[in-house]
Amino acid sequence: MNATPVIAQPAALPEEEDDFAPLYEAAQKVYPQRVAGAFRRLKSGLLIFTLGVYYLLPFARWQRGPNEPSQAVLVDLAHRRFYFFFIELWPQEVYFFTGLLIVAALILFLMNAVAGRIWCGYLCPQTVWTDLFLAVERLIEGDRRDRMHKDAGSLTPRRILEKTTKHGIWLVIAWWTGGAWVLYFADAPTLVAQLATFTAPFVAYAAIGVLTLTTYALAGHMREQVCLYMCPWPRIQAALTDENALNVTYRLDRGEPRNSVKKAALLRRAGERSGDCIDCLQCVAVCPTGVDIRDGANLGCIQCGLCIDACDAVMRKVGRPTRLIAYDTDVNIKRRQAGLTPVYRLVRPRTILYAALIVAIGGAMLYALVGRSHYGIAIIHDRNPLYVRLASGAIRNAYTVRLTNKDAQPRKFALTLSGLKDAKIEIVGAELDASGQEYVEVGPDKTQEVRVLVSTGAPPQTGSTPISFAARAEEGRTQVVAADHFWSP
Amino acid sequence: MSEAAKEKVDPLTGKATTGHEWDGIGELNTPLPRWWLWTFYATIAWAFLYWIAYPAWPLLTGATSGVLGWHSRSAVVDEVANLQTLRDPMNARLAAASLPEIEKTPELLSFARAEGSAIFANNCAPCHGAGGQGSKGYPNLNADRWLWGGTLGEIQTTITHGARWEADPKTHMSLMPSFGRDNILKPDEIVAAANFVRSLSGLSVDKGADLAKGAKIFTDNCAACHGPDGKGNVDLGAPNLTTKVWLYGSDRAAIIERITNGGGGAMPAWGEKLSPEAIKAVTVYVHSLGGGQ
Repeated sequence: MNATPVIAQPAALPEEEDDFAPLYEAAQKVYPQRVAGAFRRLKSGLLIFTLGVYYLLPFARWQRGPNEPSQAVLVDLAHRRFYFFFIELWPQEVYFFTGLLIVAALILFLMNAVAGRIWCGYLCPQTVWTDLFLAVERLIEGDRRDRMHKDAGSLTPRRILEKTTKHGIWLVIAWWTGGAWVLYFADAPTLVAQLATFTAPFVAYAAIGVLTLTTYALAGHMREQVCLYMCPWPRIQAALTDENALNVTYRLDRGEPRNSVKKAALLRRAGERSGDCIDCLQCVAVCPTGVDIRDGANLGCIQCGLCIDACDAVMRKVGRPTRLIAYDTDVNIKRRQAGLTPVYRLVRPRTILYAALIVAIGGAMLYALVGRSHYGIAIIHDRNPLYVRLASGAIRNAYTVRLTNKDAQPRKFALTLSGLKDAKIEIVGAELDASGQEYVEVGPDKTQEVRVLVSTGAPPQTGSTPISFAARAEEGRTQVVAADHFWSP
Repeated sequence: MSEAAKEKVDPLTGKATTGHEWDGIGELNTPLPRWWLWTFYATIAWAFLYWIAYPAWPLLTGATSGVLGWHSRSAVVDEVANLQTLRDPMNARLAAASLPEIEKTPELLSFARAEGSAIFANNCAPCHGAGGQGSKGYPNLNADRWLWGGTLGEIQTTITHGARWEADPKTHMSLMPSFGRDNILKPDEIVAAANFVRSLSGLSVDKGADLAKGAKIFTDNCAACHGPDGKGNVDLGAPNLTTKVWLYGSDRAAIIERITNGGGGAMPAWGEKLSPEAIKAVTVYVHSLGGGQ
């Protein structure tokens, strides 16, 4: 390495500066090696669980009654409804999704404060699908060494067969991924039958096609490039992490200086110190993003812990203590170098704050969800005209009232008004029940808009009078109220 | 120089630098994988495909049409046709049902009001206002006083044939004479009549006004159309003068002006332009504004 400072001279000839260094280079292919161990098992378990949920959840059923779909998780775009087991959301309740996204972001922050990029390492779809595609690649083309050898070799018929098989299986998985996605947007068994008989809507095939291509490209070909160049989260998390967060860390104090097993043994016999790292590069070989964890905190590191498994296996073989690479904190790296015992502070202001925010927002959302009414009323006052003078001299205001019924049965609403003297209320298109009471019927899971006319022979002299409408479903279980104004000259 | 610069290596990271420097600060060279560059070229190629597939290049008299034959105008026409197809079943029900039936069926009422409000906004709002609130000379359709009648059938007739619209033989034709301009009444008689008319709806009259004289003039000249008690006649479009609703204003000057000049507003016969279903829809809409009888 050149020890002189890089830039010390005055600027060189400007016109030559442009072609100093290449802006682009050939992407370097990463050949992650097979590894066994605790973190690999955890990763595989999460892979099976998350993909199992993704692929199978559309087939889960949830009976809601005769007028509602029976799919447990369904995004019904045509009817503007979202179903999640016992929850049914209308478009105007989209704030629940906002809350969910806020809680999800806070959970990411908390995960990051506790243990760095474990989202990236274990749960991110990019990681999970890449892991699955890598497993297929290993099954067909062999482990790291074989794949490197084969890629460097010539294209034999056997190679062509292998490659075709690999890409074929990848495409099938990618297609299944897109196929599972569309099942969340329609009744799954019906759509599967339609897809099989080529009678599904065009948009279903288009969505499957796009997702097949993106899955195949992202998990099969782009892999770690997505994390390195496309994803913003690594950049964001770098700003969120702190010295007490657990990150996959190489223990410099134990590892250095690196020596071969033989040389280390010789040194130790001579009473001298030698590091535990034998520079076998197994940690680099198993890394799905191809980084060297021994360089310290690293842009490409997704904190998946596979290098811990690889290093532990080597340490056991050479008879040294495991966890030369481990989840550890910046604080402890420094403390160990200074000869102090490590401290772990998982409970600290940052984690407490994130946890408290998650509980507060989650609790508020749950409270709103449990307490929300099945009925709704929304009112728009006529703007033109604000009021009408009738032949008798009475003043009338007109309102557009929208009644909402989220029940699975039709409901009859009676409308009452308060806050106005001598008020007469008339509903355009209302029906009369047996007792002569006016009502508006709203179908199951529907809204109904009606025009409501309010008149009074004794109009207030104040210009605008606050009034409120109340709609009561015939069962009288709940009453919904909306405030508005009555205008007079 | 170039060769030497390429070898410049940052001593701390061991990485090559770009060779650029700013006040002694260098930049590490972290080249992007080249396939990213290819995606950029692919987007350029995509743009060329657009040129070929869609209308793109302006020419002297038009533009290249594109091999797909797509055109924004025809796209709109297709969308409108699609919408019409979607509405066809409801429009057929609207055509088959009578006006009272439409008002009694909540589903048809909602549909007719929705369609009617759009038709009203396109055709009627310029005179009658966005919400049918009217203005001087243009009736307020929310109020419950009607020149030509406020039942569903009467509203439908007025919309179809218009008022004082000579192209339509069935239009409402009657017109108020110009009592002042044509010297039928003298100015003092007009004032007396105006005072009497104001008294009909309880409005204040001039001090010392001779209401008996006004009543006599009214009976002789106005009662033929407005009725002996001033309650109007919808067959002749003669407004009820005993209510609080006034088309041209209720103050003394406005009434004197009406008696002097007479006449009345004109309304097009929409039967020439709108389909019978559209007229049905807008009839129900106007009727349901609140003033319908």
